[in-house]
Amino acid sequence: MSTLDTQTAAHVEDHAHDDHHEHHDNFWTKYIFSTDHKMIGKQFLVTGIFWAIIGGALSMIFRLQLGFPDMDLEWIRPILGNWITPQGKLDPEFYLALVTMHGTIMVFFVLTAGLSGTFSNYLIPLQIGARDMASGFMNMLSYWFFFLSGVVMLVSLFIETGPASAGWWNYPPLSALPQAVSGSGAGMTMWLVAMALFIVSSLLGSINYITTVINLRTAGMTLARLPLTIWSFFLTAIIGVLSFPVLLAAALLLIFDRGFGTAFYLSEIYIGGEALPQVGGSPILYQHLFWFLGHPEVYIVLLPALGITSEVISTNSRKPIFGYRAMIGSMLGITILSFVVWAHHMFVSGMNPFLGTIFTLLTLIIAVPSAVKVFNYLATLWRGNIVFTPATLFSIGLVSLFISGGLTGIFLGNSAIDIQLHDTYFVVAHFHLVMGSASFFGLMAGVYHWFPKMFGRMMDSRLGYVHFWLTFIGVYMVFFPMHYIGIAGFPRHYYSFTNFQAFSGFSDLNAFVSAAAIFTFVAQLIFLFNFFYSMYKGRRAPQNPWNSNTLEWTTPIEPGHGNWPGAIPAVYRWPYDYSKPNADKDGFEDFIPQTVPLSETPNSNLPFEKEQMEEVKQK
Amino acid sequence: MDTAIHMTPKPQTPLAMNAQKFGLWLFLVSVVLLFGALTSAYIVKISETGTLGISLPSIFIVNTAIIIASSASLQLAYYFAKRDNLPALRIAMVVTGLLGGLFIWGQLEAWDALLAMNVNFVGHPAGSFIYVFTGVHVVHLVSALIFLAIMLYASFRLRIHSRKLDRMEMCVTYWHFLGGLWIYLYAFLAYYN
Ligand code: HEM
Ligand SMILES: [Cu+2]
Repeated sequence: MSTLDTQTAAHVEDHAHDDHHEHHDNFWTKYIFSTDHKMIGKQFLVTGIFWAIIGGALSMIFRLQLGFPDMDLEWIRPILGNWITPQGKLDPEFYLALVTMHGTIMVFFVLTAGLSGTFSNYLIPLQIGARDMASGFMNMLSYWFFFLSGVVMLVSLFIETGPASAGWWNYPPLSALPQAVSGSGAGMTMWLVAMALFIVSSLLGSINYITTVINLRTAGMTLARLPLTIWSFFLTAIIGVLSFPVLLAAALLLIFDRGFGTAFYLSEIYIGGEALPQVGGSPILYQHLFWFLGHPEVYIVLLPALGITSEVISTNSRKPIFGYRAMIGSMLGITILSFVVWAHHMFVSGMNPFLGTIFTLLTLIIAVPSAVKVFNYLATLWRGNIVFTPATLFSIGLVSLFISGGLTGIFLGNSAIDIQLHDTYFVVAHFHLVMGSASFFGLMAGVYHWFPKMFGRMMDSRLGYVHFWLTFIGVYMVFFPMHYIGIAGFPRHYYSFTNFQAFSGFSDLNAFVSAAAIFTFVAQLIFLFNFFYSMYKGRRAPQNPWNSNTLEWTTPIEPGHGNWPGAIPAVYRWPYDYSKPNADKDGFEDFIPQTVPLSETPNSNLPFEKEQMEEVKQK
Repeated sequence: MDTAIHMTPKPQTPLAMNAQKFGLWLFLVSVVLLFGALTSAYIVKISETGTLGISLPSIFIVNTAIIIASSASLQLAYYFAKRDNLPALRIAMVVTGLLGGLFIWGQLEAWDALLAMNVNFVGHPAGSFIYVFTGVHVVHLVSALIFLAIMLYASFRLRIHSRKLDRMEMCVTYWHFLGGLWIYLYAFLAYYN
């Protein structure tokens, strides 16, 4: 730790001043080894987009297999090589590799690094009024560990025995024995190395985010005046610090089982009639360790999206967020509860069924704070003066997806019903709606909303609307039918539907889902075009395009290192003074930024704010 | 606008700690969770397979004494730093480092003793866990030794003195923490044996 040059606020301040006189940044320090939180945020975003394309492309290949099992896939041979069999079919083992890598990439690289990494880095200093993160150097390391992790994972896609294939959770014994599936050879080793690097990156990032939020807030920025985005990033980081080390422990023991012949997870396994030497291990132990991270991880993915949505919905409804404190309370509740529900992923693992009952109860309790949040979003929108920007649409889309996906969680949380539904497409539908799509929509809302701040230009909103509607309709077409396929009992991670009499009736539905998936994937090209085109050619952004209250919009349109050229502004109020009664008498429109002192708004101050002013005067 | 800001008293700056120290504490939390996960896994394991039923190598007691002594000498170093007694500070840091090295050597001896008892890394899972606990702990101790070496270097460059103690304090915290962690692991192993 000692080598990390943590910069105190004062230190950064000095730097900010030099930056005005001399431009000592060269290409390498500005774009590559940058310690500026804004550049690091953008690095995470662009890398996340890269991974989203890879992860999406992988899913296109296996959707082709599922939807059109008779299709001749000879044309993908140039990319996949021998993973296409001589008959022009997808290799069944490689199918497993595809779903595994799709899940790993989407959960960790896109929706953890790409979402949390981007917006925590970009927004925390800007919205709390700090010059930079507590440690710019650690922050840079965090990105580069992520990058390295990505390189290892990417290379593993191309090795001869194929990448890891045991599912994104990589349960042993499947993941421990190369004899089980070829991906459990070198591919699995690389998966573990990549994940270890990713854990380091994530811990470096999380420690930095928490430290920054606690210690570097500007004058007047009390906890009760923090934007909900910051609250969500803060709690996400806490979950990360508490859960990722446990994944590291799980991975470590798996490494020993694979490389050294220990028996932490393995016991009494026969291969080809021969007994393996390992006895005494338990694969359920791995499941406990994995899901102790795994379930909190799904909230690591979701909370930032919920925070972004709170901010975007309040700003664009031109209304204060409904139930600010309830929002914080429910996020706190989710944070705590997320650590005590992990075994709902293990109801049918052979775990003690009485334990299952307890976890059913706890799981159903977590639905309460989730419902509070949904209610508050709807109440904020209700009779608001809604400005339908693309970010607004994506936020409303998130709320919709969160409802429809959350409902199915309640089914799955009942240990008795889960016996039928576990490991079927019903689960796939559940988590793609509530986690995959909802968080993706949050990510998109964030990009559309803060693009002007990031690049000083506006994205094209008409393309944004088209992108939204195609995506919104697309994801429902993809994931809704999966509920039926799942209720009918079709298991996930199966290569083919048509081999089983019972499921051949679903081939139409599957073809439909695959077509819809391709449609949705192609629709993302609109976004890609809009993103990169607007970066260079977009309309120049005004300083505060959405008439928003938070601090980042008080910086210059393209803020330099240090964010504010002069002193950091102080904060006098919460961030949600939208459409405050009598604001017009104080000379404000429908928003009063956080930097406006109460003394300037005598007409619109609420009783408690008047009291606050009295108190300050007396001091 | 400007005048108004002058009229309004600037609001209070929120309470803040030294960011580096705060970050160190968060790091320690994550280490606690790592070992928390490993030791819980051990409990789950022996509930299925039973314990080893061996007596732990007696050198563990010696090692415990060594690591406590090293904590004491580092605390002493900190005391010297506060008094600006740099030569004594350096000596105390070197002593701490040597004791740390001795501890690691002692742990390796303990591994030898385990092997002599036929407790191998590969074999009974409860035995494997002893190696994992001690091994992962030693890895952390090596990082603390590196930290200590950096502090020693800093003391020669006069970067540690009574008005510049933050990094020294972090080093001391980390060292004490690892000492405490070892005592926890030892007590844990002794209790569940
Ligand atoms: C709100 C955000 C939520 C996210 C991000 C989320 C995410 C996930 C994910 C990723 C899985 C799949 C694990 C796997 O098998 O690979 C899953 C399964 C599950 N989810 Fe959720 N979920 C959420 C909400 C809920 C809620 C509100 C409940 C219950 C009230 C719930 C209950 C379950 C259960 C019981 C499973 C296990 C199903 C099985 O494997 O049989 N989830 N969830
Ligand atoms: Cu879960």
